[in-house]
Amino acid sequence: MWKLLQIELFKIFKRPRTYIPFGAIAAIILIIQLGLKFDGQSYLEMGMSSVADTFNIPYPLVMNGYLVAFVILNTLLIQIPLLVALVAGDMVAGEANMGTLRLLVTRPVSRTQLMLVKYGASVIYTILLLIWMALLALFLSMWIFGTNDLIIARDTVIEHIRKTDVMWRYIAAFGYAMVALSTVAALAFLLSVFAENSIGPIVATISIVVVLTILSEMRIPLYDNTVKPWLFTSHMLAWKGFFYSQSNGQGDTIAGSIENLPSILRSLSILLAYIAAFVTAAIWAFQKKDILS
Amino acid sequence: MVLSLMSRVRAQSATDLLQKIRARLDQVNDYQAAGIMRTNVSFLKEPEASVTVYFKKPDKLKIRNDKGISFVPKGAVTISLNNLLKGNYTVLDAGTDTTQGQKVRLIKLLPQDENADMVLSTFWVDEKRLLILRARTTTRDNGTYEVELYYGKYIAYALPDKVLFTFNVKNYKLPKGITFDYDDGSPKKKQPAGDGRGSVELTYSSYIINKGVPDSVFQ
Repeated sequence: MWKLLQIELFKIFKRPRTYIPFGAIAAIILIIQLGLKFDGQSYLEMGMSSVADTFNIPYPLVMNGYLVAFVILNTLLIQIPLLVALVAGDMVAGEANMGTLRLLVTRPVSRTQLMLVKYGASVIYTILLLIWMALLALFLSMWIFGTNDLIIARDTVIEHIRKTDVMWRYIAAFGYAMVALSTVAALAFLLSVFAENSIGPIVATISIVVVLTILSEMRIPLYDNTVKPWLFTSHMLAWKGFFYSQSNGQGDTIAGSIENLPSILRSLSILLAYIAAFVTAAIWAFQKKDILS
Repeated sequence: MVLSLMSRVRAQSATDLLQKIRARLDQVNDYQAAGIMRTNVSFLKEPEASVTVYFKKPDKLKIRNDKGISFVPKGAVTISLNNLLKGNYTVLDAGTDTTQGQKVRLIKLLPQDENADMVLSTFWVDEKRLLILRARTTTRDNGTYEVELYYGKYIAYALPDKVLFTFNVKNYKLPKGITFDYDDGSPKKKQPAGDGRGSVELTYSSYIINKGVPDSVFQ
């Protein structure tokens, strides 16, 4: 299995297009960092204008590395699924397109093992993409902007997290994002089984993610309690829950607390269920597949 | 005529009382006070903060949090009574009232400068101890501030151990399309309407009085 995984990873990282997402992420992050470095105050004033009427806001302190990382994650974790689909959607369909799939299944490994290894390689690629993102979005921002307390503007409240209470939340958020993106990878991987060309599953995955994300973000009561709770895209934003803390009776936030941990765990289990369903369906379909190329 | 004379006598007395309090406050040229600040505003989830409060005559005041960020309400300069008593005022005796469980004199100040931001100040004064226990300031542009002062260890300098500062708060709301807030599916708790007021509580643990505070602190 380990040897197979190494081969799959070798195949992924041999393709030049594998590196496009790494380049795209670096470009987006650097553009955001540059903009916030030179005009971060205007960005903050936009979101905090009503608060600034009441309080003196120390904008230079608020615009620190932790906040910049949060802004970047807010922007990128909606787009990154599309980048993950580029590789995961190619895992089986790419082989079919190149005519190497038939050769692959003649090897003395079961189709199930082959599929698990291919999906495992997609997940490793996703993790590496997230590590790359963490290095640039979090650690590079910390280096450029310094660190301080994290202030997050939500729709009805402002969260203030002490700087000593932030890092573990990022680790948890990145861990959660890994599961969320692995769900997209599993969807692309499933669609990849049905295609002979990787363009189809990649475009189909992107389309599904876009449509479901729009549906998840829309405020239509008909969908709010019926469809939305079961869409995987509704649960992909739950990483933010790690940055929402509980407060005591006096309104002081409690260090190390999470406002609604059961909800995050529920979202996590829904995503894991989706992964299991997609990968199982992919294995089942691949076992039934009549491989002609 | 007798009533008018009594009123004049009493008005003079209020002015004298205020002069005495001013003289008492004047013995503090500067201070640096360590304390804990707790903010209570309906839309702000804020941890309590260790802060240092710096004051320097005549009206410089700074609340600094060297270990993190603190949102200091505008108008917080009024937690220093020196800032409320500076300038020229018409003093009005408004009778007596009760605050912090004791009977106090009520004194109102009307600024003589027509362009002053402060429109009216009301003081609840402990006549015996020459202390201001409570002050309410109505401003032209920033609503009404109220300061309640609790004295203890530093009563000799008329410096409080605890200050409760109450101020007007505007509503806060951002569109979800901007914040991309995570909807955890729990039933929506309606934001408490509140009374449009917020408060900050400052509890001082120590003061360093009249040892000098550099001007650079206030920049």
